Amino acid sequence: MTIKEIQEELIDEFSMFDDWMERYEYMIDLGKSLPLINPKEKTEDKLIKGCQSKVWLHSELKNDKVVFTADSDAIITKGIIAILIRVFSNQPPEAIINADTDFIDAIGLKEHLSPTRANGLVSMIKQLKLYAVAYQAQLK
Amino acid sequence: MAFDIEKIRADFPILKRTVNTYPLVYLDNAATSQKPQQVIDSIVGYYSNYNANIHRGVHSLSQEATDAYEMARQKIQKHFNAAHAHEIIFTPGTTHGINLIANGFSSLLKKGDEIIVSALEHHSNIVPWQMLCEKTGAQLKVIPMNEEGTLVMSAYKELLSERTKLVFVNHISNALGTINPIEEIIQLAHEVNAAVLIDGAQSCSHIKPDLQELDVDFYVTSAHKMCGPTGIGMLYLKEEWGKKLPPYQGGGEMIAEVTFEKTTYAEMPHKFEAGTPNISGGIAFGAAIDYLNTIGFKAIEAHENALLNYATEALLAIEGLKIYGTGTAKTSVISFNIEGVHPYDMGTILDKLGIAVRTGHHCAQPIMEFYKIPGTVRASFAFYNTLEEVDRLVAGVKKAKMMLS
Repeated sequence: MTIKEIQEELIDEFSMFDDWMERYEYMIDLGKSLPLINPKEKTEDKLIKGCQSKVWLHSELKNDKVVFTADSDAIITKGIIAILIRVFSNQPPEAIINADTDFIDAIGLKEHLSPTRANGLVSMIKQLKLYAVAYQAQLK
Repeated sequence: MAFDIEKIRADFPILKRTVNTYPLVYLDNAATSQKPQQVIDSIVGYYSNYNANIHRGVHSLSQEATDAYEMARQKIQKHFNAAHAHEIIFTPGTTHGINLIANGFSSLLKKGDEIIVSALEHHSNIVPWQMLCEKTGAQLKVIPMNEEGTLVMSAYKELLSERTKLVFVNHISNALGTINPIEEIIQLAHEVNAAVLIDGAQSCSHIKPDLQELDVDFYVTSAHKMCGPTGIGMLYLKEEWGKKLPPYQGGGEMIAEVTFEKTTYAEMPHKFEAGTPNISGGIAFGAAIDYLNTIGFKAIEAHENALLNYATEALLAIEGLKIYGTGTAKTSVISFNIEGVHPYDMGTILDKLGIAVRTGHHCAQPIMEFYKIPGTVRASFAFYNTLEEVDRLVAGVKKAKMMLS
């Protein structure tokens, strides 16, 4: 699936819920299916800066696609990074670089998009894209 | 005056708003307090009616502004019972006052001297002393805390010696709410001729310190935690120290006479107040003090203690909930965690329910390291909070716990 298709799928899934509580519970559930980072990779340099909770993000290039794994010590944050990884993992670097993130608003998590928000969603997206930029350079 | 909570709440326009469709429950008072209409009016009144630069003008507006600003200084002096109005220095806030003293001591300290701070400090408060020690070769010593979050006074006594030049302790810990025994801390320091600086950022909204009775050398606080505006605070500087310490910053107001050969500094307080000050802030600080005194600190303390006791009991009834800072002397701050729940997750769900608390390490990482936790959820109550709001907090914590575990 393309990034756009996965985003549409997420918007669809989240549209089933009427209130924030159900959305958050679903997000927490999604966190449980997060492809976990290898504990060996949970090093200081894998931590994303700007989060009040800890978020580790690891990436690899497999068959010209970027594969992400992650973890967090807070479960809402874990849900957020799980959503991002579902969208961006297993995609070519160029697609990750060019993808927009409007779907976050559409699934009702807009409040997390503020750059000053302590959960660092913006920092997470930036870090995912930075990895993609680095792999894109490698591929050229 | 009888304590009429509804009347008091009506003074605070912000308390009428909703957050995420729920009526706001504001329990982040240790970070900053809300402002009553009286304080807001004093800011608007200054800019609408007599905005002018102070101290230098001969025109009427400047005179009115100067009078109002100096009147505020006198209100602060009376409130804190300082001996003289010129011992009250207006600053941009607590941190600035601490830096002013640290800077002043850089010319008074030498290698081998010691500074004592407490383990309960805000970490931004530790930095100026570390810098001062690096610069002067003095050593930094730390008064440890125990499991209850209370300072170990026997250890403090052992740290004190004739090498001690300055002791720095907060009156009340921002992370735990512990009230430190500053009377005893000051008295013991003076026995070895050490000066004492007390950080009152967390205390002045709850209690009314008597600076002459405390016999403290320096006391700093911020207006914004006591119903005043941000960007203004005070440094109390005992007169004898005002003469010993050099000015902090160069600029207008702080000079008496300038030639290219030499500058003579102005007397206190202007020696420490370079440049055009925060005039509206100073005036509004005075209005905030008037407001708090109209309610009365006895009434404030009684109501806040009632909230603290009620909330402590209700929260402790939740399984897996642990409160940090359990000493008997504490203000209306509850720092807590629920086993297996990250404070950030708890704070996020509470926010969705319209309840504002603080989460994280509260700029007190050494305390969090002591307890080996990433942070806490901190609910801090003010006199305008209600028992019903405590109920909302407790219900919110229960709901969040259900969602998160």
